[in-house]
Amino acid sequence: MKYAFGEFREGLLIAFTAIRANKMRSVLTALGIIIGIVSVTLMGTAIEGLNRAFNKSIAAIGADVLYVQKWPWGGGEDWWKIRNRKDILIQQARAVEKQAEFARSVSPAAGARRQAKYNQKVLENVVIVGTNADFLTTLGVNVEFGRFFTSAEDDGGRPVCAIGSEVAANLFTNENPLGKTIKLGSGNYKIVGVIEKQGSILGMESLDNRAYIPINRFFKNFQSRFGGIQIMVKAISMKDLDEAKEEVRGIMRKARGLHPKQADDFAINQQEMIIQTFNTIGVVIAGVGLFITGLSLFVGGIGIMNIMFVSVTERTKEIGIRMAIGAPRRTILQQFLMESAALCLMGGVIGLMISFPLSLIIDQILPTAMPLSIVAIAILVSLFVGLVSGFLPAFRASRLDPVDALRYE
Amino acid sequence: MDTVIRLNNITKIYHVGSEDVHALQSVSLEIHKNEYVAIMGPSGSGKSTLMNIVGCLDTPTSGLYELNKTNVSEMNDNQLARIRNKEIGFVFQTFNLLARSDVLHNVELPLIYGGVSSSERKKMAREAIGRVGLTERIHHKPNELSGGQRQRVAIARALVTQPSILLADEPTGNLDSKTGDEIMALFDTLQKEGNTIILVTHEEYIAEHTDRIIRLRDGNIESDQAVQNKRVAVTTGKIG
Repeated sequence: MKYAFGEFREGLLIAFTAIRANKMRSVLTALGIIIGIVSVTLMGTAIEGLNRAFNKSIAAIGADVLYVQKWPWGGGEDWWKIRNRKDILIQQARAVEKQAEFARSVSPAAGARRQAKYNQKVLENVVIVGTNADFLTTLGVNVEFGRFFTSAEDDGGRPVCAIGSEVAANLFTNENPLGKTIKLGSGNYKIVGVIEKQGSILGMESLDNRAYIPINRFFKNFQSRFGGIQIMVKAISMKDLDEAKEEVRGIMRKARGLHPKQADDFAINQQEMIIQTFNTIGVVIAGVGLFITGLSLFVGGIGIMNIMFVSVTERTKEIGIRMAIGAPRRTILQQFLMESAALCLMGGVIGLMISFPLSLIIDQILPTAMPLSIVAIAILVSLFVGLVSGFLPAFRASRLDPVDALRYE
Repeated sequence: MDTVIRLNNITKIYHVGSEDVHALQSVSLEIHKNEYVAIMGPSGSGKSTLMNIVGCLDTPTSGLYELNKTNVSEMNDNQLARIRNKEIGFVFQTFNLLARSDVLHNVELPLIYGGVSSSERKKMAREAIGRVGLTERIHHKPNELSGGQRQRVAIARALVTQPSILLADEPTGNLDSKTGDEIMALFDTLQKEGNTIILVTHEEYIAEHTDRIIRLRDGNIESDQAVQNKRVAVTTGKIG
């Protein structure tokens, strides 16, 4: 043990003396590793950011909700076949609402993009959502002030609306929107409430640039009763989700008049599917990204190997001296391995020091943090690259014949 | 007297291209404890080969080599490294110090490979440096020392493990004659202190410091004689 330790310290000493003696060369060589580590860690940080953004969006939607839709999420089936499916209609939503026992609440939803207008202010591309009074319960959304519309208003198809926080902020700068009348598309609607801020899906589609109106009103102003909608079903609890799904499936099949042998002509989507799809995409992005950045690390490793060969040749005489005074081959091997590992480790640490501030810049665009695991992996990978690329040169050094090595000038 | 080295029918054949070069042909000799021996011969006589084999840097093609009654002629690389570390102290013509290490580190290096603990190592190295009179230069790098001082460092390094033999290959070859004399005086002292010394040289004048001269020619021992008029190194006062 004592023996190994003395040798280990000597190895470290040689490594650092050698690195210091050839500062310029060491830095240039380590540059390959530095660039490799910077790109790998930044890629890891960016992937972490994507994951976080996605999970945040997912949490906003609610995990215990089933979405009965014409299109399955994530695709995979024949596009044309799905395109020709019959639309999901409001009666089917009513059937689910009436019959589903595992459902806490059921809300139909239909959407259209229209202009919203108040006095002189115009907001383009506002998503008008027609739904029922249970919408708040179904999606777990809260009203910031005012109220949502009631089922009486829905049944009567009243021209009332609850607007998203972004719509409120853009149309009413210094006014209370409650009780005001705005124009959605071509109809006038009285504002009864403002929905609290919900954020966006992956930073793209804002959930707050919306206006919610009774679906029965929606059928008058935006689309016929026979237009396609979707049905959102909130299960009684997370553990009832699977049973709720089966139940909804049965009700939907009956309502759409499917024979037992016919396949479903609708999809019951849930977030798990988005998560799965995203994970698949995520793994591909991460794989490709890390592979490409890993290539730069590989090139860095070749640089290390090259310079280690030079180092071994340059120090042939020194190797001879060490062998003559009793260094076994194993020790020579170990010493050169340590030198290349130290060089790479140095590159890795410098790389991390560079990529950490850069990750803070990424954080401004895509909220993220450099995961601790990436830091640990970067350190291990640079050590590994050092050992692998140093092995051949170190092996060559250890196989030198002491007599020849001593004679080398 | 104890036999330190016993060579019996040592041959060494090098393969150069398709030719076999017989560097040593059946060499036998014995060297005893505390002997002071010079190995002489023109270049190509096999003296370097002999030195490499005696120093365990190389193994003979055939024959028996016993060092302290241990057969070393069939040892593997690691065992040989251990023998070099414990039993043999090399002194080279070109000093062969580590340029980037100071005197202390150069001298303690064999002890590091010998697994001696740090404090013990420092103590032994300081003592060896004291014996060659360089205590004041302990933290100097080799390029801050004169040729003679460098050779003293090399001698301290060779001595520090208390080896069975000191093996010096043209130790004065790169030194002026005055400094060479000083180094020879140091060897004389070391022999008086009980060390066994083998000196490889081609200079009569150096060889005459020893007790016994072995002459090689074409891979054979040509003669093996005691020195009649032993030369004693004269130094002018201060060493170093």
